[in-house]
Amino acid sequence: MMTTTEGPTADTPHGGQHTGCSGEQQPAESPFQQQTPAKVRDLHLTDSVHSARDDARAQGGQAGEWMPYLPASAGPHCPPGVDRAALVWAETVAPGGYTHKVVARGSRLRFDDPTGDACAHLLLFNALEPVERLNVADTQKIPWQAYLGVNHPLLSGDGRIMAVVSGDSSGRHDAFCGTTTDAWNARKYGDARPEGPSPSGRGLFVKAAAKHGLNRRDLPPSVSFFQGVRVQADGALTWQGSAGPGAHVELVAEMPLLVLVANVAHPLDPRPGYVVGPLRVHAWRGAATGPDEERFTATPELHRAYLNTVDYCEARGL
Amino acid sequence: MATSQTENTAPATPGANTVNTVKTHPTASGGTVASTVPVGAVYAEGSALDWGASLVEGAVVLDEQVSPNAPWSAVVAEGHVLTIVDVGGNQSADCVLYNADDPEERYSVPDTLAWQGNAYVRTGTVLRSNEGRPLMTVVANEIDRQDTIGGACGKESNTLRYGHHVMFHHGCRENFLAEASRRGLGVRDLVSNLNWFMNVPVEADGALGIVDGMSAPGRRVAVRAETDVLVLVSNCPQMNNPCNDFNPTPLRMIVVDPPSPPSPASPASPASPDGASRRPARGPGTPEGAA
Repeated sequence: MMTTTEGPTADTPHGGQHTGCSGEQQPAESPFQQQTPAKVRDLHLTDSVHSARDDARAQGGQAGEWMPYLPASAGPHCPPGVDRAALVWAETVAPGGYTHKVVARGSRLRFDDPTGDACAHLLLFNALEPVERLNVADTQKIPWQAYLGVNHPLLSGDGRIMAVVSGDSSGRHDAFCGTTTDAWNARKYGDARPEGPSPSGRGLFVKAAAKHGLNRRDLPPSVSFFQGVRVQADGALTWQGSAGPGAHVELVAEMPLLVLVANVAHPLDPRPGYVVGPLRVHAWRGAATGPDEERFTATPELHRAYLNTVDYCEARGL
Repeated sequence: MATSQTENTAPATPGANTVNTVKTHPTASGGTVASTVPVGAVYAEGSALDWGASLVEGAVVLDEQVSPNAPWSAVVAEGHVLTIVDVGGNQSADCVLYNADDPEERYSVPDTLAWQGNAYVRTGTVLRSNEGRPLMTVVANEIDRQDTIGGACGKESNTLRYGHHVMFHHGCRENFLAEASRRGLGVRDLVSNLNWFMNVPVEADGALGIVDGMSAPGRRVAVRAETDVLVLVSNCPQMNNPCNDFNPTPLRMIVVDPPSPPSPASPASPASPDGASRRPARGPGTPEGAA
């Protein structure tokens, strides 16, 4: 099964592969280095409760390539210009991993694609009333624009802005293809298990949603960042790939949000291997878009969507 | 604005909507009714209607008419074919599909688009679920392309497009909720949908929108159920965009049980319009049914 993971990122295996486990990440000076191959069993003395406890505790404090950084202000990748003390979320999501967070109204979210191979599949829910959720059809139809970019609102089906794209150095995103299903990945990679080498985005969304009491019934179509798709005149969907390493996208949460993120290969990625890179996620405290900001009245549709959103939040005491 | 004003409604035009007025509306049966309910565009007297017939031969198991603005639903059994007739032309039939035995499996726009590598629905398009599985297959289609990007109108989203004065206009989301509730489903079950007979082009720069339709009275589409499917339809009330030519008209829904194929074990004849989907689907990344 593992042989289906291949390609340019073969040296950065997909997430969940025992990241942070001391058995696979021994320091270079490990006394066990000469024992090849070192077996995990040989690296841990756990023959009593005390030794097991000591062994486990000795693993704390290690750093992995992908992990949450707690507190967020201690994260190693604080975005430029951001007050480190204002960070509420700092995490590097593994390739093939997922994450989720509830963030306050006004929070700023930033996704970074350090390798050019991340693909951030995103679902948004009103954190207070999760029946209000991202509606991709309205997100494309209302602004008269299918391609996501700066000032593009991510709309709910209730006529309100959940979040708005406030920064974008990539320009390669997709609101057409959603994320991958088990059927898709099983066919394309031979495996779609969430614990396997090529998990589907939907399989990860199901787990992220479940941790908030939601189930597959609650998963509408998603949007994705960093791997673009364009529509040809005959309707053909063409995959653009990424803008390269270092791209980022920023959002403003215009209401309290439950954010679900799956970092998996895009459905139309033509590469034979399951290629996906780590995804950095940051959030920090901020203010929702206000009436004095240009974006608030940038288009008639945006203006009314903001009026609806502010109306909701004011009445809700937010 | 005076509420006692009475107007005879001509076929509505964009911007012709007024609020808080009493209007007399022609009815489908030829009468008129006076009402303060803001229905905007109404079924225009003298509309050309073509009630059509099934696009596929077979024993008729269901034949129903859907009033302008109204919802409809039915379970279409595996192998049966639903023909939707655009009786008055350019009448958007907003549609969501569910696995009848497991409604948590339902129509998925992105899966349908990604599997076929194309943004439009045409003959051969396999309408896929959120699990990637086939729910229905388009076996015949009498317009250039069918829409599944534009989604459904709703009271709330309409306020973003047209202003807050349209809040009390009926919308497809209302129809979906009303009809879904009869089937034990609710707002959590509403997802992006199909729009039979609606025209939503995507321009090179990503601009998209609902534009004048490409249908006509009597144009049809036929979809075959690949499993037992609950079909939920809103006969779109939208009166603020061209999805129904500003003239909501009826739909006819005909379900037939086609004759059994001569040899069920062998692939369907390539000459058959439904031949493609009976064969194993091609792999992801390979466009399917994107004729």
